[in-house]
Formats: sequence, structure tokens, C-alpha cells
Amino acid sequence: MMDTFFLYSGIFLGIIMFLSLYRAVFGPTVLDRLIGVNAIGSKTTVMLILVGLLYNRVDMFVDIALAYALLNFIAVLAASRYFQKKKGLYEEAP
Amino acid sequence: MINWLSAILVIGGLIFFFGGSIGIIRFPDFYSRLHPAGKLDTAGQLFTMSGIALYIAQDASLHTFLTAAKIVLIVIFIYITSPTATHAIIDAGVRAGLKPWTKEGQS
Repeated sequence: MMDTFFLYSGIFLGIIMFLSLYRAVFGPTVLDRLIGVNAIGSKTTVMLILVGLLYNRVDMFVDIALAYALLNFIAVLAASRYFQKKKGLYEEAP
Repeated sequence: MINWLSAILVIGGLIFFFGGSIGIIRFPDFYSRLHPAGKLDTAGQLFTMSGIALYIAQDASLHTFLTAAKIVLIVIFIYITSPTATHAIIDAGVRAGLKPWTKEGQS
């Protein structure tokens, strides 16, 4: 019973990711896209543990989720440090 | 009993996630979008992960306690890094000269 509940919550989380994917695709500025990617990254760590529960190998997936959270953090820092000076920040209006 | 508690926690976490992604879409400006992105994702993770840790720590053995402790460590790590990441994004936005959105009435 609990497994089906975790399965449905995982599916719901996947649907939520599509919402923040919208911002990652249509975001006017590059940093909006960074917000979308950061949101998806933080949702993926939870999704990983839900998947771990479904496969009954939680201790393996917890390590994967921890590594993913680390990488997501580093990626966001590097990207924001990179986009600070690039011109691609303003509205892409002509 | 513990199943119900962890189910409620996970559902609460999903509500936070849902609010966060809706907020990311609807808010008018880059700076205001970061409020839901930073806060609600962190809160959603707290509730969902604690619900799962509770569910795992149910059949009490050292192994499950270790896994639940690792999940709590992930939550603590995310509580430290998510605001930092949001600050880095805002810092990049301010440095690049992105002006915050103001109501059309006042300029």
C-alpha cells in the first residue's frame, strides 16, 4: 500500500518538474533558466530517494541523492559565477 | 500508525513543491521568482525527506537508522546550500545589472 503511495508521489513529483521545466525553457533571461534548472535539481534528489524506496535499495539511492545534491549546488554556483558578466542576461527583446 | 504520519509528511512536502513550481512560473520578475524557488523547494525537501526517513526508520535496526541518519544529513546539507545557491544567483543578477520589476504606476 505504501509502495503505491510512493509510486504516485514520485509520478506527481515528475509532473511538477515539467512545470519548472517551463521556466527553464521560456525564461526570458539566462538566470531564469538557472532558477528552473536549480528547481529541477532539488526535486531530483527527492525523486531519487523515492525511486530507491520502490527498488527496496534505499541505502544505495541515498548516496546517489547526496552526490546529486552536491553536484547541483556546485553547478548552480559555477553557472551563476559565469553568467555574472556575460551579456546574455537582458530580455531577449530586439 | 507511522505509515500514516510519513504519508502526511510526504504529501505536505509535495504541496510545498507544487507551490514552489507554480510560484516560479507566475511571479513577474527574476528576483521575485527566487523566493518560491529557494524557500519552497527547501521546505518541500525537508518534509518529504523526513517522511521517508520516518518510514525507513520504522523497522528499527542499526542499518535502517544509518540510512535514516543519512537522509537527515542530506536535509541538513540542502538547508545550508539552497540559500547559498539562491544568493549566488541573485548576486549574479545584481552584478549583471538586472533591474527589479516595479509596478507600472510608480517607476
